[in-house]
Amino acid sequence: MFDRIWEQHVVDDLGDGAFLLHVDRHLMHELSGQRGQVEIKQRGMKIRNPELTIGSIDHVVSTVPNAKGGNFPWADKMIESFRVEGRKAGVKIYDIGQDGQGIVHVVGPELGFTLPGSTLLCGDSHTCTHGALGALAWGIGTSELTHVLATQTIVQQRPKTMRARFDGRPARGVVAKDLILALIGRIGTAGGVGCAMEYAGEAIRGLDMEGRLTVCNLSIELGSKIGMIAPDEKTYAWLKGRRHAPRGALWDQALAHWKTLPSDASAEFDKEHVLDCSALAPQITWGTSPEDVIGVDGRIPGNKPEALAYMGLVAGSDIAGTKVDRVFIGSCTNSRLPDLRAAAEIVRGRKAAKHVKAWVVPGSWRIKQDAEAEGLHQIFLEAGFEWREAGCSMCVALNGDYVEPQARCVSTSNRNFVGRQGPQARTHLASPAMAAAAAIAGEIVDVRGF
Amino acid sequence: MEKFSTLTAVAAPFPKKNVDTDLIIRIERCTGMPKEELGKYAFEMIRFLPGGAENPEFVLNQPRYRGAQILVCGEFFGTGSSREVAVWALASLGIRCVIAPSFGQIFFNNCFQNGLLAIVLPSPVVEDLMKKTDKPFTVDLEKQAINGSVKFDVSPRNRRMLLEGLDEIGLTLAMEPKIAAFQAADRQKRPWIYS
Repeated sequence: MFDRIWEQHVVDDLGDGAFLLHVDRHLMHELSGQRGQVEIKQRGMKIRNPELTIGSIDHVVSTVPNAKGGNFPWADKMIESFRVEGRKAGVKIYDIGQDGQGIVHVVGPELGFTLPGSTLLCGDSHTCTHGALGALAWGIGTSELTHVLATQTIVQQRPKTMRARFDGRPARGVVAKDLILALIGRIGTAGGVGCAMEYAGEAIRGLDMEGRLTVCNLSIELGSKIGMIAPDEKTYAWLKGRRHAPRGALWDQALAHWKTLPSDASAEFDKEHVLDCSALAPQITWGTSPEDVIGVDGRIPGNKPEALAYMGLVAGSDIAGTKVDRVFIGSCTNSRLPDLRAAAEIVRGRKAAKHVKAWVVPGSWRIKQDAEAEGLHQIFLEAGFEWREAGCSMCVALNGDYVEPQARCVSTSNRNFVGRQGPQARTHLASPAMAAAAAIAGEIVDVRGF
Repeated sequence: MEKFSTLTAVAAPFPKKNVDTDLIIRIERCTGMPKEELGKYAFEMIRFLPGGAENPEFVLNQPRYRGAQILVCGEFFGTGSSREVAVWALASLGIRCVIAPSFGQIFFNNCFQNGLLAIVLPSPVVEDLMKKTDKPFTVDLEKQAINGSVKFDVSPRNRRMLLEGLDEIGLTLAMEPKIAAFQAADRQKRPWIYS
């Protein structure tokens, strides 16, 4: 699949493994995208194909209920500049308070902007998320972003390929987040360096689209900037009718093309991993890298003393029972409707522990509306959770949402790096249901007991 | 872009594994600060103590490694976020070359876009280089060698970009006829992409 899509986008073979590829889709947000707009302007260039780029506001936007901008003057300035330059260039920006605004990696698929077999780039490392629909998608820096705006192409070395097969059926309480965290734990954060990943197997086929987006989202956390899942009937049904998805005869034509993309049974990969999902427990991280992960029924390992010191944990103790201060349900990893439903299912009729500050931050304006229509917000609010506006929030901790120094947060996001959720913040990555359960129990707890 | 051919400079050993771009530059510094000023904040979480004083344990604060232009790093340097600001911060600090057993892939590309040479070498070779940082290193991109004897690979395109100080956008803009031809043909094959 990877090879087919790659070859369909080659504008020129530059020799020695480097290719000039066409970029079908480009997503911008107000942090890296705005910087790209500035670079283009300073160079006196213009955006070659503004109709192939869309933007959304996510990184610096306030998630305070009913907020309409940033929490800081610099953030408002950044948003306004992004908006104005977008308008001038003819790039559609989904603005605050509009259907279509939200975290770029949530709204790209939600709007049907992300398509199977397309190349999609964004100045954000979690662009690998879009591979869940069978897109060839990866994150780029500012220079590459400027290159995309100016030329609608990218220069890229062809990566190797790797397949991870998830066999067996996961037990109750074990979800997409657990599958991918377990793989990262197995092969390490550098396990996929230089490779384009393809996820396959019974457990992947069994996931809904949102679960597949979660799996692909964490590809970058295992060193691979690309992670893909072959499109299937689930993909097409999920995509059909979305705002930017093709319609009518174009849909039929696109569908026929998409069906030619999946890898043949005989496809060969440079490397292959197989993971048996039937024996997995819900996963949770204990250290400062996503590879520092164990089953929630496990004990804290002693191989990284520096990480344990930062996390305030003792080697050999059970991870369950560790007291938590904050819970964050959100981010481009786990903020979609099924994520919120899974968390609400745990929370329903219960209360968050008194010492825990728990937040739910939907991934997009649309998800927030849909969740409210189902009454999910009431479940969270009655349990003492905060129900906030859409954005990246406490995953990247740039907009004023952060975890206090040395406070411990169970988070559905993707990075437990030192200082990621705020200076000296201690992050434990887990699934939405695990995070919700931690909020109720006031400590890390096995969601299977709920 | 600044050219890179041969560099003789102090090399600092930084064996920490999985150094992510959040650690290289905090997200708050990525909101529009001029590139030249970013060096002050590079590695700030480990370079300074909570009160703001220099952390004497951090390698670049040690007298012999001050002003180092080469970093010899642990496995998977530059993992995480795509922020190119991390490379700008290193450049602003004076770093021109990073050597590691592996790099975060987006960071790796960002280096070459900014005239920084990122060199991948096997772990034992990198560990050996870390032991030899008592003398300045000479990195010769033309000959693809460190200190004359340690050979390294670099993609021919990245090598040329650095040696000649080329700007990738300029090179691609010169290929506009090919891009236009691709799109014209592709519109026939995949019209839904352009509708």
